[in-house]
Amino acid sequence: MSEHKKRSYMNPYLAGVLLGVVVLAANFISGRSVGSSGAVKSAIVAGVETIAPSHAENALFYKEYLSGHKGNPLNSWLVYEMLGVIIGGFLSGVISRRLTWKVEHSPKIKSRTRLIFALAGGILFGIGSQFGRGCTSGSALSGMAVLSLGGFISMISIFGTAFIFAYFFRKLWI
Amino acid sequence: MGPLVVNEIISDNTNLLLAFFIGIAFGFVLEQGGFSSSRKLAGVFYGYDTVVLKVFFTGAVTAALGLLFFSLFGWIDLSFVYVNETFLHSAILGGVIMGVGFIMGGYCPGTSFCGAAIGKIDAMVFIVGLFIGVFLFAEGYPLYEKLYKAGYMGSPRISEFFGITEGLFTLLMIIAAVLMFWGAEWAEKKFPREEY
Repeated sequence: MSEHKKRSYMNPYLAGVLLGVVVLAANFISGRSVGSSGAVKSAIVAGVETIAPSHAENALFYKEYLSGHKGNPLNSWLVYEMLGVIIGGFLSGVISRRLTWKVEHSPKIKSRTRLIFALAGGILFGIGSQFGRGCTSGSALSGMAVLSLGGFISMISIFGTAFIFAYFFRKLWI
Repeated sequence: MGPLVVNEIISDNTNLLLAFFIGIAFGFVLEQGGFSSSRKLAGVFYGYDTVVLKVFFTGAVTAALGLLFFSLFGWIDLSFVYVNETFLHSAILGGVIMGVGFIMGGYCPGTSFCGAAIGKIDAMVFIVGLFIGVFLFAEGYPLYEKLYKAGYMGSPRISEFFGITEGLFTLLMIIAAVLMFWGAEWAEKKFPREEY
């Protein structure tokens, strides 16, 4: 019984409708929608500003960011939203009994290999999300909800590329 | 009436507080849908688990349809809703880099925070990578600033781009989604699944 309970995720179509309602609510309340990579960007800007203030004043990226944003970079919509995501994910894990320390990977590879690729994938996603002005949530999902052309371009290039490269990385997953 | 913050029905601080609650709902739904598992996420690219496709497209269609109905009922003024700007070149380049990151890392940023929240160590390492990646981009920014700002198209909606109404485009999107769901159900039956 408990084993069964641990495994069962929500019906994906129901989860999708609820996800859509979250995006709809965000647009209705805030006139914008969910995102993720933007919070990482805010944290990086805040970190550099604290550790190396003169660098943040002079380097172009931080200068452009700070000229467009007033106050502390961490006092932003996406940062509060992402703090919520961590809590929401944790609560869901508690309710569905999925809290566990785990490295997920195909049985064909070692955990260490998985972690090296997770780090590399994270670095690429970090770089790509800046070029793309948002990631799968901020650019693709939220963009598609408001029928943004850019949102569809992001979605097609992210998923299309991952499909094309899937063959080369199959040992990580299957 | 909506968006509430733009029409000053709620204050900026209330907006930030509500962002936190929207985030809780977002994280909760992602985890319930199975997005905290990298093998489930990667499954869509091999056909053994297509949860990503089903949740993602159902979500996009529901939100798009919801916004159109809200607009029709006069509950929201869509001209005040943020539409992402389109910079063609960097949007494609960014998407390609993210696509490779997705298949290598097994997560995207939002889902990695969700996975980390329930103790997935690969998700935590992915997040470390995200911070490194954004920092690298920031430090090298002058090198590709021109590319980053090239191909600016404003904030077009895809329906305008194709010269059709928003309603018609949304209908086409729903039809495309249903066809993909049909393909996804077929793929899950055809390719073996295992518990993970």
